[in-house]
Amino acid sequence: MAVKTLTIDDQLISAREEQTVLEAAREAGISIPTLCELHGLGDIGACRLCLVEVTGIAKLQPACTTRVAEGMVVVTNSQRLQNYRRMIVELLFAERNHICAVCVANGHCELQDLGLAVGMDHVRYEYLSPQCQVDLSHERFGVDHNRCVLCMRCVRACDEIEGAHTWDVMGRGTASRVITDLKQPWGESQSCTSCGKCVLACPTGAIFRRGSTVSEMERDRWQLDFIVTAREKKQWII
Amino acid sequence: MELPELHQIAEKERASQKPIRLRICVAAGCQSSGSLAVKKKLEDTVKEAGLSDKVQVVGVGCLKMCSQGPLVQADPTQTLYAKVDETQAAGLVGAVNGGHCHCATVDPNDPFLAHQFSIVLENSGLIDPERIESYIAAEGYEGLYHVLREKTPTEIVETVIKSGLRGRGGAGYPTGLKWALVAKMQSPRKFVVCNADEGDPGAFMDRSVLESDPHRILEGMAIAGYAIGATQGYIYVRGEYPLAIKRLQGAIRQAKRLGMLGGHIFESPFDFNIDLRIGAGAFVCGEETALMASIEGRRGQPRPRPPFPAESGLWGQPTLINNVETFANIPTLIRKGADWFSAIGTEKSKGTKVFALAGKITNTGLIEVPMGTTLRRIVEEMGGGVENGGTVKAVQTGGPSGGCIPADKLDTPVDYESLAAIGSIMGSGGMIVMDQSTNMVDVARFFMEFCMDESCGKCAPCRAGTVQMYRLLSKIREGRGTQQDIDMLNGLCDLLRNTSLCGLGQTAPNPTLSTLRYFRHEYEQLLTDSTVNGQLPKHPANTT
Ligand SMILES: Cc1cc2nc3c(=O)[nH]c(=O)nc-3n(C[C@H](O)[C@H](O)[C@H](O)COP(=O)(O)O)c2cc1C
Ligand code: SF4
Ligand code: FES
Repeated sequence: MAVKTLTIDDQLISAREEQTVLEAAREAGISIPTLCELHGLGDIGACRLCLVEVTGIAKLQPACTTRVAEGMVVVTNSQRLQNYRRMIVELLFAERNHICAVCVANGHCELQDLGLAVGMDHVRYEYLSPQCQVDLSHERFGVDHNRCVLCMRCVRACDEIEGAHTWDVMGRGTASRVITDLKQPWGESQSCTSCGKCVLACPTGAIFRRGSTVSEMERDRWQLDFIVTAREKKQWII
Repeated sequence: MELPELHQIAEKERASQKPIRLRICVAAGCQSSGSLAVKKKLEDTVKEAGLSDKVQVVGVGCLKMCSQGPLVQADPTQTLYAKVDETQAAGLVGAVNGGHCHCATVDPNDPFLAHQFSIVLENSGLIDPERIESYIAAEGYEGLYHVLREKTPTEIVETVIKSGLRGRGGAGYPTGLKWALVAKMQSPRKFVVCNADEGDPGAFMDRSVLESDPHRILEGMAIAGYAIGATQGYIYVRGEYPLAIKRLQGAIRQAKRLGMLGGHIFESPFDFNIDLRIGAGAFVCGEETALMASIEGRRGQPRPRPPFPAESGLWGQPTLINNVETFANIPTLIRKGADWFSAIGTEKSKGTKVFALAGKITNTGLIEVPMGTTLRRIVEEMGGGVENGGTVKAVQTGGPSGGCIPADKLDTPVDYESLAAIGSIMGSGGMIVMDQSTNMVDVARFFMEFCMDESCGKCAPCRAGTVQMYRLLSKIREGRGTQQDIDMLNGLCDLLRNTSLCGLGQTAPNPTLSTLRYFRHEYEQLLTDSTVNGQLPKHPANTT
């Protein structure tokens, strides 16, 4: 096992060669805001919240997809990064209809947590207030596109862990939507095994168990990581 | 096939040419103004007049002055006839046979033609793009022959490095270095990809090359394949270019038949095949990682780099991806040598660049000029300035990723660094000329709308940011904006540039930033808290 030594926020850290900056930082107790990243799923660097400054590289790098390197110097929390993160979270809140007071995930929502973490006291951008569908055709689960942040966790959980690839994305730009099969109603999807992994993965109230009411939607996210570890390492540890 | 056989094909082709030739453009531009019907009429006229032994009508690629189409050029006089219609066919055939006609002609000394320097377009308008023999008669595939039989892959890579050629797809990355990177990778399977997705609004350079001289791309790709050690190539061409697709399909078939593609090319141990992949109209699929995802059959969305395609590209294998025009330079560069090539252009930008001139300009069409030519020469001399005697306000280069260059910067030479220094980019070669009637906030809004619609939706800043920026620009344009909105716009420009995942989002702010930089007063005039001349804002209806 090769070890790399690097500096994150003035802290000297040693990490395993295959680790990402995000993993190394977390192990050292340094928290970096994330949204699309979820332990157990492949990283795609999409939400851009985990961007960090790396000395010697002009562009900001996503901590979730950047491997550690010997002698790397990383800053995770400069004023500039804080500003960008707050802007991104505000943009997400303005993009769809995130009305916490009536949301099943209220109090257990990663977007809500991010709002607090980045110090968002109000949204400077115009609310786009799109008219989004709610698909309640599946007998156990529902998807409310008003709450979706397009992190693509459901797509990856279904593809990488369950292997069904029921979910994908259609459309472009802000009109993008996660879909089941070829945009069939979820309940009519032929490939869906109703395993519920997408429900575990969703960071907001977009994918939920039917019957949950405001604030009731809690998830055992660790289960995804548990399955992956079990499958890959034959270790069943919680 | 051996060299004498190749020469035989060329000889036979030249011998079959009639003393008088009428070359008529059958690329998409002239086809849209009816050149196919004119061609038919010319052929019929020649036959009826019993001149078939003497006069030949040939369909060729772009004759460059697209606004004057259908264009016909006569050999050996080189007279270029403009806006030829069917009724003029008889007169034209008479004229080349010693008579007179009243067809409009273009002066061969017209600066539009006189200042051109052709490498990429050297065969365009001269050869029949649908016949491989015509390309061979223009020394086509000879470069490939010599490469495969006499050169090592390393020598080829070194030649390309030495030539100073840089990528023509926009970013200007040194082509030789890219080739060297892929060549160095240890992998049994490598790929060559030609990026023919050309998505910038107003751009038609790559399309013209593909329609006018498709074999040049095949030869360039095969040379690249040999240099880097790949046996399979893909051309990713957008579905909106049916003629280019048809000609490429035909060219690949012909090249396979004669053994310039396939197994043991020119009796060498080198195998190389090329297949087409058709894009479905997403601008972002021109971005290299999205393009490769699309070839693999996945949703065309970019992914973070590294790893770069050179290391992990198609199906995880080392992949060389270059633009159409980049590959189009290769056969000539190899034939004439690195020293010849690097003598053209400026210190850091070698060779020529093809531009598609469009907008409010007298001569729209295709030009190829040495790097370092000034914008003034291109726009005012070659382009003939603004149509109907107006004056230039700005020139837009680089499409949605580029910027607006104000008229007082027209003496800037076109090379990668100079254009970047004034807030635009070389881009792939779209050049849109704007006159005084153009509102620059409109221009910024147009390109922002384009980016908003074409954002792939993967990363949050670009997806959710472009729509906000578009709204802010609309608000300002409609006379409802304030100084605070401009600040907000600037903030979002900074955010997208620095945090977006791919080039689309990173460069989407450029048209806005460059118009804010050079035409800020046009924004401020429209603000409700405008301080320009202490005037109240004009109602938008009065400003257009
Ligand atoms: C949004 C976006 C669109 C692009 N579109 C094109 C295109 O249409 N054609 C092209 O050659 N390169 C395009 N590129 C650049 C490619 O990613 C890549 O850099 C290029 O094909 C490399 O070729 P070159 O080195 O020969 O320039 C685009 C890049 C971005 C970010
Ligand atoms: S910058 Fe825009 S186009 Fe590029 S990955 Fe992000 S959303 Fe997609
Ligand atoms: S967590 Fe790294 S980009 Fe989303």
